[in-house]
This record gives sequence, structure tokens and C-alpha cells, in this order.
Amino acid sequence: MTAVVTATGLSKRYKSSQALDGATFQIGSGRIVGLIGPNGAGKTTALKAILGLTTFEGQLNVLGLDPRKDRDKLMEQVCFIADVAVLPRWIRVKDAVDFVANTHPRFDRAKCDAFLARTKLQPQQKVKQLSKGMIVQLHLALVMSIDARLLVLDEPTLGLDILYRKQFYQSLLEDYFDEEKTILVTTHQVEEIEHILTDLMFIRDGKIVLDTDMDSLGDRFAEVLVGAEFAHAARELKPLDERQVFGKSIFLFDNVSRPELERLGEVRRPSIGDLFVATMKGTYA
Amino acid sequence: MKTFYWLVKREFWEHKGGFFWAPVVTGIVFLVLNGMGIILGEVFGRRFGGLQFGGGNVHLQGGMSLEDLHKAGAGIDIMLYAVAAIILGVTAIVVFFYCLGALYDDRRDRSILFWKSLPLSDSSTVLSKLASAALLAPAISIIVGVIVGLVLAMFLAVVAAIHGISLWTLLMEAHPFRVVATLVLLIPLYAIWALPTLGWLLLCSAWAKSKPFLWAIALPVGSGVIVSWFGLMGLLNLSSDWYWKNVVSRLLGSLIPGTWVGNTSPLVISGHNDPAALLDSLDLAYHYSALASPSLWIGAAAGAAMIAGAVWFRRWRDES
Repeated sequence: MTAVVTATGLSKRYKSSQALDGATFQIGSGRIVGLIGPNGAGKTTALKAILGLTTFEGQLNVLGLDPRKDRDKLMEQVCFIADVAVLPRWIRVKDAVDFVANTHPRFDRAKCDAFLARTKLQPQQKVKQLSKGMIVQLHLALVMSIDARLLVLDEPTLGLDILYRKQFYQSLLEDYFDEEKTILVTTHQVEEIEHILTDLMFIRDGKIVLDTDMDSLGDRFAEVLVGAEFAHAARELKPLDERQVFGKSIFLFDNVSRPELERLGEVRRPSIGDLFVATMKGTYA
Repeated sequence: MKTFYWLVKREFWEHKGGFFWAPVVTGIVFLVLNGMGIILGEVFGRRFGGLQFGGGNVHLQGGMSLEDLHKAGAGIDIMLYAVAAIILGVTAIVVFFYCLGALYDDRRDRSILFWKSLPLSDSSTVLSKLASAALLAPAISIIVGVIVGLVLAMFLAVVAAIHGISLWTLLMEAHPFRVVATLVLLIPLYAIWALPTLGWLLLCSAWAKSKPFLWAIALPVGSGVIVSWFGLMGLLNLSSDWYWKNVVSRLLGSLIPGTWVGNTSPLVISGHNDPAALLDSLDLAYHYSALASPSLWIGAAAGAAMIAGAVWFRRWRDES
């Protein structure tokens, strides 16, 4: 696996808070990585460091370049959608396409036109006349037409309705992603990206607390539905989390052998959401 | 180079209202006011006893020597310069506010994140904004200004024709292209002279967390007040007027067209009554003699340093 991003001891302090605290991680080529964390955990700061938008301490290598020094060169290979609706409100759809086509060496205009043809966007429309969902369609069409090696998405679907959200990730998977490309995405809508991720990272208080690929996630973590009679035995095995449903208890285990769990009750693969809640317990307390 | 062209084009797209429509609308308003003035003059002229101007002036074109024609042509040229100057003045105000917003507005509405997702260097971004302010905007307003001046001259000629006077030959004596060329050739001088103001405004625009306008005005004026109050310049054997004239007004007022004139070589006017001679003495060489003044170059260097500062802030300003 060739690493697209290698971060070692990434730290960043703002006046009042430690946004990143020695975060260390690696992102391989051809992966779709979810960076998940509570508000204020340092997700956006980590992305900004990767994109060369902020200063930081520690080592960071993105596609062989230092984002602090070689940002202009890096941006030919890296693309990002930071939040919805950051397209300038005064620009027209056709001007936006023209501008990117003429300033980005890896932009494929035919591709972009094909993407736009599938939407209701009109060339003469200004961004301020578009709905939030349509702005994202435009932004996505622009970004997907750029042959970038790393695509960074920061809350790309915030505030969109479910149709646009589904369409967004579907387009990314069907029309954009391949083994040459890498996608790094942060979002709070974990359920929606659960099925497209290949890797998962949890970040908390500026540290990476979980870094795993989705296959080993299923091996490592298990959720067990336990009847009242075995509840005590289950607690002996030090579960990460316990919650009650219909008079039964659901336990979440980390690294407990499968046969042992199967004796207690029905074993399932935990959802990222449940795993997240269990891992982040006490964050806001 | 191609990227730079598109960056400037982007500025034009965004600020078409200020760069193009503001001079055009100013010109139209100017023409309408003048037209109304002419009509009013006509109406009053007719109402009060048919006071026809004409009689005394008719010999204008009839008995005019070649030299007189030449002078009249220079007079029209002066009118073209004057109209262009009015429109350039409007553009100067537009450019002042354009610079204040140029590196601030996209930070406020976060569209900077889109621009920063493209492989555009921060220096070319800032320089494209500087070029739009210092070269593109004045060029547009010069062309609009001269066209407005010509339309006004045509108005006058038509009115004169109604009164039986033909001014068309006089119009032919004007040199609109020479006026445009002269003004366009003055743009580099204007740009160099305006650098301290452009640099200062861009720096405030790139640096301020909010209210760049307030900072841009308050810092120079406030420092001027302090300097005057405590007589700080006395330490350098200079008066506080020196500070106001050479620092405050250069930071804020250098966009006003023609303010370099105080730094040119003394004006030599051969004959005050002769517009052609006046025009000749106000030629490019006269204006460009300002290049010999240290104020121009020190200001330009300070402006360049502030633009470098603006590039730095553009690169590293972290909003969160």
C-alpha cells in the first residue's frame, strides 16, 4: 500500500484549545477513509493541515509534498469540498466551469458537461439563485471532473435533503472513485457513509483513538444481544458499552473471542454509530 | 500567464457593476444633466424674447484661420480630458472599496475555500486583484470617459446646427484617439503613484478579521492625530503637516487621479489663453517628470512591501 497521507505527531494549538494533539495516522492509496469525531475534536483542523491551509507542528507528508511549503503544487493533485455552499454566490454556472477549465491542468471539461447535463442546472444561472442541493451538484460536478489523487470532503452533505445526500455519495462511488483515487471524508451522518468506507478513523481531543479498516472492524468489535440470565457473565468480559432494549441488554465488545460471545447470545456486527457513541462516551461531560 | 488572465477575468465578472457599469452610468447621468441644461437653456432662450445666440458667433467657422481651428480642437480635447477625469474620479472611489473587499469578502462568505481548492498561488491571486484595480479599472473608465466626452461634443454640435452654426469641422479637429492614448499611457504612472494606497487597502483587506474599512481609515488617521497631538515629528525636525501629507494622504488618497502633480517639474505655460499650448505643456513628459520625485518611489516601495504582506496574510490567515 502506498501512503497518500502520512502524519506523525500532528499538533496544533489555538489560543484557547488544543485542536490536534500528536495525531499520527496514515492513509493509503485507493481507500475511502472516514474521519469521524465529535464537534471540536480536531477533524477540520486535521483536514486543513493536509490541505496546507493552516500551520501545525509535527510531520505531514501528502503525496510526497509538505503542504506548508508546496501548497500550489499540491493542489493540482488534491481537491476538496469544504462544507456546502462555499461557491461564490455571484458566479454563473458556465463561468465557474470556464474558470476551473482554464486554471486547473487536470480538469476534464467534457466530463463536467456530462455531469451537469444530468442536473437541472442552467449555464446562465448564478449560484445565488440555486438551492443548497443544486450548489452541491455544481461543486461535485466540478470536483469530479478533476483528476485528483486525493479528494477531501468536509461535511459535504450538511443541510441537504436525503435525495441529494444519497445522490452525492452514489455519484462519487459510481462516477469518480477508482483504485487510483483516495477519498477522505468527515461527516456527522455516519450511517450514510458506513457502507462506502474502506477505512475508519475516530478522532477525539486531537488524537486518533481508532484507526482500522472496515474488514478488521467486524473481527475486532462485536455486539451481543444478551438475555437477563447472562448479563452478569457478559459484564465480566468488560464490555465497552451496555444498553437496554426490550428487557434485553446489548453489549459492545472489543477484542473478545467470537465463540465466547456466541455462548452469551446473538452476535452482530456493530454499526459505526453505536461504536462511535460507545467510544466517545463522556466527551461533552 | 493564462491563469493570470483568467484571474483578472474573474475579478471583472465579480465586479462588473463597479468596473464597467459605474463609469457607464456616471457618463449617462452626466450626459442627461448636460442635455437637460442645454434644453433648459433653449427653452429660456426662446421664452425671453427669442434671445438667439448666434449672430456674434456665426463668424466662428466662417472667418476661422487654421490656427484658430487648431485651438478649438485643443479646447475639445480639454473637454474630453475633463470628462474622462470625472469618470476616473468615480472609478477611483469604486477601486478604493474594491481593494478593501478584494481579500476580505471571500473570507467572510467562505468562498475563499473554493478558490483555495484550485491550484492558484496566493501571490498571483493578490496580483490579479492589484492589476484589476490599478490597470483594468482605469483603462475601462478612460475609454468610457472619452466616449462620453465625444457624445457631449456631438450634442453641442447638434444644438449649434439647430442654430445654424456648423461645428462639425471643429469636431473633426479634436483628437479623441490621442486623448485616449495619452490617458492610457498615464495609467502606469497612476498605478505606481497609487501603490501605497492600493497596498495599504489590500493589506487591510487581507488582514482584518472584520470591518476592513474601519481599520484602513482609523489606523492612518488615528496615527496622524497622535502625531499632531504630541508633536512627535518635532523629534525629526519635521512638522506634523509633513506626516499628514506624506504618510496619511499617501496611504488613503493616492488613488485620486492626478495627485502626483505636486511632484512634477514646475509647469511651463507659454500662453495662458491658448488651450493648445496649455495642452502641449501638460504632455506626458510633464506628468512623467514626477518619476524624479523620491515621494513617488518611497511610496511605491512601501506599497510593494504592503502587497507582499497581503500575500502573506492571504496564505496564512486562519479563520477558525
